[in-house]
Amino acid sequence: MHELSLAGAVIDTVERHAAGRRVTAVYLRVGHLRQVVPDSLAFYFEHVARGTVCEGARLEQELVPALLHCDCGNEWTLDDPVFRCPACGEAGAEVVAGEEFLVESIDVVSEQESACTA
Amino acid sequence: MHRVKVRVVEDALDANNTIARANRADFDAHGVTVVNLMSAPGAGKTTLLERVLADGIDGVRVGVLEGDVQGSMDADRLASLHVPVTQLNTDNGFGGECHLDANMVRSALPALPLHDIDLLIIENVGNLVCPAEFHVGEDARVMVSAVTEGEDKPLKYPLMFRTCDLVLVNKLDLMPHLDVDLDRFLHHLDAVHPDVERMLVSARTGEGIDAWRTWLGELVAARSGAAV
Repeated sequence: MHELSLAGAVIDTVERHAAGRRVTAVYLRVGHLRQVVPDSLAFYFEHVARGTVCEGARLEQELVPALLHCDCGNEWTLDDPVFRCPACGEAGAEVVAGEEFLVESIDVVSEQESACTA
Repeated sequence: MHRVKVRVVEDALDANNTIARANRADFDAHGVTVVNLMSAPGAGKTTLLERVLADGIDGVRVGVLEGDVQGSMDADRLASLHVPVTQLNTDNGFGGECHLDANMVRSALPALPLHDIDLLIIENVGNLVCPAEFHVGEDARVMVSAVTEGEDKPLKYPLMFRTCDLVLVNKLDLMPHLDVDLDRFLHHLDAVHPDVERMLVSARTGEGIDAWRTWLGELVAARSGAAV
């Protein structure tokens, strides 16, 4: 149900940028730390999109691995949720990547331009 | 018909975060410190609130915003403590939301006695996943994890355990009856959120409640100190 909430947030964001135009594709960047199940998000996206400009749109999800950086200079990609630096044991490592839940871009069908070029 | 790519580059939760900042500004304007209290269903949020509010917090006037999918059972329980309790139901006729978001809290603002309180505790809907995603304008996030939930929960719900400022490890009185390894739980917690503040408590026996009361009082004092 996490993905249901997130699908709603994606569609709200897309709707604002689509400005009424029909959306054919949504490109998302999803960080590993967001604990999103891609298939589940795709399922709910399709469901919540009904009756909106996103109806029938393709959802492209680019998964971003979690990258952490510690003051000691160590950088590591997170597989298990262990945030203490494996090299020096310090807390407070900075998350460099993996927390994003970004709508990168959308493909829309612009009827207006077709009218102009007709 | 023409296909156009529109660059967006916007966090899908930006809209929620914008409203959360507006809530925060309103809380700030009234000098109200806000705690978002989260946990799985049945971890003991309401009972811990009953415990900590029964004797009050020195010099701090507390209000509670109760988030539930349906019903007002929790609010009714807290009403006997003579603190102002506002009920917020997420049920919109379609099952109801599993979390509070900034907009829901915003809709409840007119019903909150912000002039008469120093601390607002928002009891979120019981859920270890979605509430972690949605800021509501809080100063601090407190989560309750009962020992009965098992020692592996930080590893299974890292998003929630990473986002909180304080973890209340509740139902400590049940330890003699459980096979749960508390040290392992704390080890997993430390892996997911190194050095996070944690308190071992029992809403049933009252163990650790004073420490939590002190923590809340200090949070309010630090906030009002910062505002002056």
